[in-house]
Amino acid sequence: MKHVISPLDLSMEELSDILSLAENILHDPKKYFGCCYGKKLATLFYEPSTRTRLSFEAAMLNLGGSVLGFSSADSSSAAKGESVSDTIRVVSSYADICAMRHPKEGAPYVASIHSSIPVINAGDGGHNHPTQTLTDLFTIKTLKGHLDHLTIGFCGDLKFGRTVHSLIGAMVRYPNSRFVLISPDELRIPTYLREEVLEANNIPYQETKALEEVMPELDILYMTRVQKERFFNEEDYIRLKDSFILDAAKMQYAREDMLILHPLPRVNEIASEVDDDPRAVYFKQAELGVYVRMALIMTLLGITVE
Amino acid sequence: MLNIGGLNEGVVIDHIKAGGAMKIYEYLNLEKQDCSVAIIKNAKSSKMGKKDIIKIEGPITLDLDILGVLDPNLTLDIIKAGKIVEKRNPNLPVQVTGIIRCKNPRCITSVEQELSHRFRLASKEKGLYRCIYCEQAYKR
Repeated sequence: MKHVISPLDLSMEELSDILSLAENILHDPKKYFGCCYGKKLATLFYEPSTRTRLSFEAAMLNLGGSVLGFSSADSSSAAKGESVSDTIRVVSSYADICAMRHPKEGAPYVASIHSSIPVINAGDGGHNHPTQTLTDLFTIKTLKGHLDHLTIGFCGDLKFGRTVHSLIGAMVRYPNSRFVLISPDELRIPTYLREEVLEANNIPYQETKALEEVMPELDILYMTRVQKERFFNEEDYIRLKDSFILDAAKMQYAREDMLILHPLPRVNEIASEVDDDPRAVYFKQAELGVYVRMALIMTLLGITVE
Repeated sequence: MLNIGGLNEGVVIDHIKAGGAMKIYEYLNLEKQDCSVAIIKNAKSSKMGKKDIIKIEGPITLDLDILGVLDPNLTLDIIKAGKIVEKRNPNLPVQVTGIIRCKNPRCITSVEQELSHRFRLASKEKGLYRCIYCEQAYKR
């Protein structure tokens, strides 16, 4: 039985198969409706989420399966002090697969140790968010046609932004990836990522504070929100939250075929005037996330459709 | 230089980062061992400037390799019949449980008390350990 706790839990071959299946589902979704009939997905969400939880639920419903679960720690036994390992042991007997979001890093890994059903990490604190990475990869592959030879700019909170860490970890596996890291000093990527992932693999990268200057080089601009929940100190959050805002004026420096991705929710880091730009694909990205989650659920449940 | 007599049988834990000897003394629970122990703090070292040393007289049955988790640069001199028969760095264990604690306040171990603190060796060269749950590096 396979769990997906980190994006790197999937081999390049498994990743390629999931992205191909997602593409097939995208082109003919009706063919896959009903293939998970009788199967149940448990969504164990210990902290608020709109997109990820609904995306998982939509994915399972699209496949003809059912969903059950909770959407905050307050409405689960965690409020009574139940451990993650006890919860997953019980849920394993109610459902066939589970997606877990937890504010504490490593909670889905703990669940996977004690689970008898596949566990998908739906985000654990500032750590990993593998299905967002799958969504990002599927979006890039679908709209760019390839995942290699790309210059990807990451902008905003690169310190706590788990989607950034996960996507960098996934993209270094493709040939000729180059990264441009745009952030204030306080929110630069963690040292371990710089040393153990980028430098250890001889991946070219550049760190800068000037978004406009590097804009013309980018194939992809991955914007992120400065997340209030990752700060212990509200003063730091207030000081840094408006660090980089993408607007129409900055977009004029971008290439015609550059794509803007964002894991959402967006607060104010992308001005709404950018939404109508054809290069702004973040809502399409959210839509594509459902297809790739359908592919992942089918793969982990071992379900195939001829 | 302070002189402490040589050992006939035992171990010298040398090149301990200055100030780290007591942590190792406590970890090895030497207070309860039936052997003579000398702790030398802030000894002069050409390599390190200052270092700590622990000399333990008597047959040692402790797993000394685990000390590498606490200080990867220390050295172990095994003494038999008054001579150093072995001089080596500790072999860093691939995984350690219950020796060091994850200090990341966002780690699941910070709220689930019954979980054992477990680390894996991420870089042998750097003596770097990461929490198996949150991947936070252990800072000594």
